[in-house]
Amino acid sequence: MSKYYLNYLDELESEAIFVLREVCAQFQNPVILFSGGKDSIVVTHLARKAFHPAKIPFSLMHVDTGHNFPETIKFRDDLISDLGLNLIVGSVQESIDNGRVAEEKGKSATRNALQTTTLLDAIENHKVDCAIGGGRRDEEKARAKERFFSHRDDFGQWDPKNQRPELWNLFNGKHFEGEHFRVFPISNWTEMDVWNYIEKENLRIPSLYFAHEREVVWRNDSWIPCSEFLTLEANEKTETKKIRFRTLGDITITGGIESDADTLKKIVEEVSTMRQTERGNRSDDKRSETAMEDRKRQGYF
Amino acid sequence: MIDNNQLLRFTTAGSVDDGKSTLIGRLLYDSKSIFEDQLQAIEKTSKKKGHEGVDLALFTDGLRDEREQGITIDVAYRYFTTPKRKFIIADTPGHVEYTRNMVTGASTANAAIILVDARHGVIEQTRRHAFIASLLQIPHILVCINKMDLVDYSEDAYNRVIDQFEEFSSKLLVKDVRFIPISALEGDNVVNRSTNMDWYQGAPLLHTLETVHISSDVNKIDARFPVQTVLRPQSESHRDYRGYAGRMASGVLRVGDDVTVLPSGFTSKIKSIDTFDKQLEEAFAPMSVSICLEDDVDVSRGNMIVRSNNKPETSQDIEVMLCWLNKTSSKPREKYSIYHTSNSETAMIKELVYKIDMKTLDRNTNDEVLNMNDIAKVRIRTTKPLMIDSYRENRTTGSIILVNDSTNETVAAGMIV
Repeated sequence: MSKYYLNYLDELESEAIFVLREVCAQFQNPVILFSGGKDSIVVTHLARKAFHPAKIPFSLMHVDTGHNFPETIKFRDDLISDLGLNLIVGSVQESIDNGRVAEEKGKSATRNALQTTTLLDAIENHKVDCAIGGGRRDEEKARAKERFFSHRDDFGQWDPKNQRPELWNLFNGKHFEGEHFRVFPISNWTEMDVWNYIEKENLRIPSLYFAHEREVVWRNDSWIPCSEFLTLEANEKTETKKIRFRTLGDITITGGIESDADTLKKIVEEVSTMRQTERGNRSDDKRSETAMEDRKRQGYF
Repeated sequence: MIDNNQLLRFTTAGSVDDGKSTLIGRLLYDSKSIFEDQLQAIEKTSKKKGHEGVDLALFTDGLRDEREQGITIDVAYRYFTTPKRKFIIADTPGHVEYTRNMVTGASTANAAIILVDARHGVIEQTRRHAFIASLLQIPHILVCINKMDLVDYSEDAYNRVIDQFEEFSSKLLVKDVRFIPISALEGDNVVNRSTNMDWYQGAPLLHTLETVHISSDVNKIDARFPVQTVLRPQSESHRDYRGYAGRMASGVLRVGDDVTVLPSGFTSKIKSIDTFDKQLEEAFAPMSVSICLEDDVDVSRGNMIVRSNNKPETSQDIEVMLCWLNKTSSKPREKYSIYHTSNSETAMIKELVYKIDMKTLDRNTNDEVLNMNDIAKVRIRTTKPLMIDSYRENRTTGSIILVNDSTNETVAAGMIV
C-alpha cells in the first residue's frame, strides 16, 4: 500500500495542474500573467504539463513597466516562440503617455503602483475573464488569506472581507460580465518549493537569478542595479559586486544579494539557509505594514 | 530531502484567549521557519503595543482589519517544513459566528489541532470544534491541553480534560484522537520535549505531526475519475489524440481496466494513462493525469470514469449535512447551482430535516430557514442525477457546494450522508 502516495512536490504539482484545468473549463478567455520571474515561469511550465500533448490554451500577458532588465525581455520572447503562444503586452509607458497615470515624483519614485492601471486596462481591453498569477500565500501576510480563485469586481478590485469561501477542491468561478478572476495555482508553494521544483524539472530561468558581476549601488539595505533609469544621489557611489536576484521586478526597485550561487543546486542550497524573506529586498513592500494589502485591494497582482 | 516527504494539511481552531496564535507562532519559531525580517517586524510591533519580549501571536495576524481588531476573521494559510514533512496550516477563528471558516479550513485537512485551556477544561467551544472535525471527517484529531504552566504541569489537570473530552466524543465519529499536554508560551511539548512533565510518555506535538500515518487518509478502494476537460491537440504529431484530463479522486486505475463512463453508462477499457513526463501503468489519488480509452465513446466535463465493477450511487435525491456560509439566508424551495466534482446542475433544498444547535449540539426540528453558520441536515433534489458516494467514504465524491445564481456567491457546503 505504501507506494500509493505522492511526495509533497508531486502533490503540489498535481494540485496546480488541477487548478489550471479548472480555469480552462470555467473561463472563456484566460491569460497567464507573465513577469519573467521564477513564479510565472513555474506556472507556465505547469500549464504545459496540464494540457500536454495539446498546446497551452492561454495567452501570456506581460505588464511592462518600461524599466526592465533586458535579460527578462529576451527570456520572455524566447519562451513565447518556443511554446508558440500569443503574447499580450500592457505598457505602463503607454498608460503614462495617454494620461491614464502620472509618473511618481521624488527619490523613491517607482512605476510599481502604476502597473495596476495598466494591468486592469489590458484585462478590460482584451476581455480577459481570468488572469492566472504566480502569487503564493507564503510571500506576504495579505496573500496568506488569498483564495485559489479570487473574485474581482468590475473595477478590478479585491475585497478581502467579501471573498467566496473555498472548500475541498470545488472552485466557483461564476462571474458577471466585466468582472474577472485572479487564479493562483501555486498558492500553497513556498519559495523553497519553487526552487526545489525548478531544480527537479531543470527549468530554464533568466540568468539574473544566478550569481554574476554587476554594477550596483547600496540603497534601502540592498544592492540596486545601475541602469539608465537610476539617478544616483550625491552620497552614493557605484561598485561592482558579485550578486544575484531572489525576485525579479522593475529594475529600479529589485535589489540583489551578494552571492556565489551560480548553479541551480547552489541556489537551492543558498535559499535553504536564508534568514530573510525574499520580498525583504523589495522596496515596494517596505512602504508600510499594509503596503501589499492596499495595492491588492486596488487590483494589483 | 524532497524524495519521500509527504504533505500534511492541518487546521487549528481556537478562540482569542486559548493561545492558538501563540501555538502557531511557537511551531514556526522553534522549527526555524520565521525569517529575520519577519521577526524584526514582530519585535517592533510588540514594543509598540507595550508587550514584554516578542509576542509570537503577532506573526499570524494578517489583514489590516484584523490587526486593528486583534482577531482572526478569515482562514489564513501558513507553511513550514521540517526534514520529515511539509506542513500547511489552515488557521481559523473559533467563535460560533465563524463556524463557516472552521468548516472551510477543515475541508482539506488531514489533522485538526483542538486547543483546550488546562484551567478551564472542555468548554462549549471545544465540543463545537470536535463536532466540526468529525462532521468534516478529519482523520486525526490532536487535542492540545494548553497552558499547562498555569496548572503547575499537573497530570490530574491533563487527565481531567481527557475524561471530559472522551465523555462526549464517544458520540462522535472520530477515528484517531490523541491528547498532548503543552505550554505554547513556554514551548513545552510543542517542538521540544518538556522537562516539566515527566509523567507524559507521548510525543511532542511536532513529532506527532511528523509521524502520524496519513497515507491511508485517502480512499484507496473506489476508483473515481471526474473528467475536468477533454484534451484534443489536433496537431501533426497527435492528430487523433483524445485524452480525458482530470485528477484521481480516489482509488487506483490501471491500463487495461474495464471502465464505465457515467452518467451515460458506456463501457470501454483504459488504453493509456498519460502525463507530460511519461506514460503510466496506473494512477491513484491525488494524481492529475490524462486518460485515453480504447473506444471512441462520448465523454465530456462533468462525466466520471469508474471501474465497471465498482460504481458510485446515481441519484437525484440526496441527503446532505449542509453548512450555510452566506449572509443571505436560505429560502424554502429556492433553486441553486450545485457543484459536485467537475459537474454542476440545478438543485433545490426540498426539506430541512433538522438543524444543529451549535451551542448545545442538539437537533432542532422546527426551523425552516438556514442562516449564516447554521449546520443542518437537508434533502436536496437535483435536475439531473449526480454520481455520489457518502462523504464518510469519500471526501471528494461526497462533497458539494451550492451557488446562488443571482449573486454567483458560494452560499453553502455540504457533506453527503
